Amino acid sequence: MLEFYGTEIGSRLLIGTALYPSPQILADAVKASGSRLVTVSVRREAARARSGQGFWELIKQLDVYVLPNTAGCNTVKEAVTTAQMARELFETDWIKLEVIANNDTLQPEVFGLVEAARILNEDGFKVFPYMTEDLVVAEKLVAAGCEVLMPWGAPIGSGQGLANPLALRTMRSYFPDIPLVIDAGIGAPSHAARAMEMGYDAILLNTAIAKAGDPVKMGRAFSQAIEAGRLAYESGLMEPRDMASPSTPVAGTPFFNIDGAS
Amino acid sequence: MRIIVNGETTQTQAKTLEELCAALGHGTSKVATALNGDFVPAPQRGAIKLAENDAVEIVSPRQGG
Repeated sequence: MLEFYGTEIGSRLLIGTALYPSPQILADAVKASGSRLVTVSVRREAARARSGQGFWELIKQLDVYVLPNTAGCNTVKEAVTTAQMARELFETDWIKLEVIANNDTLQPEVFGLVEAARILNEDGFKVFPYMTEDLVVAEKLVAAGCEVLMPWGAPIGSGQGLANPLALRTMRSYFPDIPLVIDAGIGAPSHAARAMEMGYDAILLNTAIAKAGDPVKMGRAFSQAIEAGRLAYESGLMEPRDMASPSTPVAGTPFFNIDGAS
Repeated sequence: MRIIVNGETTQTQAKTLEELCAALGHGTSKVATALNGDFVPAPQRGAIKLAENDAVEIVSPRQGG
């Protein structure tokens, strides 16, 4: 069973709450996907507006675990303060830590990420770092107290799938006991299934469901792909080979002529 | 007094962060605050005095990926 910081999560599909056509479709997609954990954010509230209140009520009705993020933060200071505001607002010490290097790639700024993770872990947070697949960065995040790692599949919102499968396979082998989540870049259920077949513990995605023609149906599609990928990993996949190998028994083949066989 | 709220220059009579939140209609709203880049927990807003050119952030729950 999948656990984050000692808490059992009933689904290996974690989904973002942004970009949906409507709050109702968001709620329906979350239910259809079977997801038990959604990501959320904090944003500026205008004077006399209560924009956040309705969203907060919707999230509470979903009755799922909530993972606030620090999306948009470019420095350690911004990320730490945003995390502290999110902890108060969402009443959780879980934080999806994002420190972003630049706006074109939305690549994690890994030096700031490690520093912010250390500060937040010391402050009692349970940090879920959005990171590259770099093993040295991963080691430093673990040393800083992170018990979950979330490498990107591809840049956020790109839908490219797993851009660096070799490095992701290596990371899985290198950290056999730490929950690993592919976070970002997943575009299709097949991408998610592939990551699960590699032994990843969960998939976090947003755009691929939210921007689908039918987000509710796509939520189910991802759910099934992730379950299939996990079952395949647990079952033990066959080793690929270069040459053909007949699956039907050769012995007893009709018209088989031993003299003509090569 | 001139302060900056969520990146916009604002004139206010509020003396504390709590008074500012109330004046902006956030008295009972689910918001979190920061002053000059540092988080201010809700129970401490009444004790935080505002000064000229202070930068205040007031945020609320929102959709995120």
